[in-house]
Amino acid sequence: MTPTKGEVASFALEDVSVRFGGREALRNVSFRIDAGQFVSILGPSGCGKSTVLSLVAGLRMPSSGQVLRAGAPVTGPLTTAGMVFQKPVLLEWRTTLGNVLLSAEAHGMDRRAAERRARDLLASVGLAGFEESYPRELSGGMQQRAAICRALVHAPDMLLMDEPFAALDAITRDQLAIDLGRIFLERRASILFVTHSIPEAVFLSDRVIVMTGRPGTVSKIIEIDLPRPRHLRVRQTPDFARYEQQILDLFLAEGLLKDNVAV
Amino acid sequence: MKPTWRMAREAVIYFITAVAIVTVWWICVRVTGVKEYLLPNPFHVFSNMWNERASLLHETGVTAWETILGFAASVVVAIPLAVIMAEWRLAYSLGYPFVVALQTLPKVAVAPLLVVALGFGILPKIIVVVLVAFFPIVINALTGFRTVDADMHNLGRILGFGRLKFFCRIALPQALPSIFAGLKVAMTLALIGAVVAEFVGADEGLGHLLLSAAAQLDSILSFSALIGLTFLGLVLYAAVALLEWIAVPWRRIPESELAAGR
Repeated sequence: MTPTKGEVASFALEDVSVRFGGREALRNVSFRIDAGQFVSILGPSGCGKSTVLSLVAGLRMPSSGQVLRAGAPVTGPLTTAGMVFQKPVLLEWRTTLGNVLLSAEAHGMDRRAAERRARDLLASVGLAGFEESYPRELSGGMQQRAAICRALVHAPDMLLMDEPFAALDAITRDQLAIDLGRIFLERRASILFVTHSIPEAVFLSDRVIVMTGRPGTVSKIIEIDLPRPRHLRVRQTPDFARYEQQILDLFLAEGLLKDNVAV
Repeated sequence: MKPTWRMAREAVIYFITAVAIVTVWWICVRVTGVKEYLLPNPFHVFSNMWNERASLLHETGVTAWETILGFAASVVVAIPLAVIMAEWRLAYSLGYPFVVALQTLPKVAVAPLLVVALGFGILPKIIVVVLVAFFPIVINALTGFRTVDADMHNLGRILGFGRLKFFCRIALPQALPSIFAGLKVAMTLALIGAVVAEFVGADEGLGHLLLSAAAQLDSILSFSALIGLTFLGLVLYAAVALLEWIAVPWRRIPESELAAGR
């Protein structure tokens, strides 16, 4: 899957391998993220999908191959991006608003403009009225919403999300997926989203990069052609089921899943 | 529940506890008819404390001053040491064995040497207090600085924080609850350190008073000094706790009440 020549991708991994000590974590990973695209990395745990995210974030350097941003190699942390982790990673000594403003401060935004933006963002994810609460006083889902606001407040062109919903219950998870879909349509930032949930990846993405391990390799890249905005009921459509089955078949073929129900 | 209301409720509970202890003490004395020089009647002790209030307050003040100065010196030594050890691996490897060795050293044994070297002034007392109090501050601060998780570091990097900014914005506030845990332990130890130093060589202070009262078998005076010491300890501890309440506002509501509210 080499990128098409001519057009410069917003992000591109070219033949990237990563070794930790003697162990190979990623082998020859190539894919691209175009501007304004929602790309998911989907795979079982231990397939190196979080490693891929940290490469794009510039938090880790490849052992071989290249990570390119707008055609230039990434050499350090991508401070213009927004990042959401599996845990909320909020600063417990700052209020919800203060946590969102942390990244505004880090990017040298005007305080008053930033605060207005932060309050709007918090309201848009249902956290109006919790601006002055400390993270400890919020539920897990609310904390993760605040973390998403923190990643968005400086209007990044790239949002990096490392299994952001993995620690949440199924219903909260659905709600946040819907919210994220809306945020994506509103802001048109590129999003790189790491997940191990097939329906989540299909529901949210324009492009799903299916990975298998170990070492992690790209098994297939699937373009998801479902109309936006996507409502929950899109999950009941034949197209959706077809995409899910296509991904399942990949895991079955790789032996990561065994559909042996015969008794 | 509001924090102020909670504090008022706690104050009432403390008062009731104190009254209960004195009552049990008094009943023990009355029922067993124990000799006054073994366990004096609490009310005799209280009336003695009232009669001797001027000298007791003076002795308490002396011990309090030694404790506070020694505690302050401990903080000034321990916190920067913890920062250096947390930030530089080499400093940690070099410093940690010394910190532990210093802690295992019996301070009671060192105190007389300090008096020989430095005389009866306040300096040897401060040094003994520092020797006793700085260990829990260093260890707790170090734990606080070092328990910043990997995602927190990644957050700092993606926000473009350098080392200094990361320390000031994230590592230091993160460590504050742990630092205060150390300070609270250290404050109680500091008082013990001051009394030990007074035992070895002093002409005033509650430790000196305790020693001379014991020498004269004056148990009423001994108990007066002990109660003074206990109160001093409580006040000093409360001062650190108050400082924590001011400096760590995000931990004011206990976890148990949060769980119910969510």
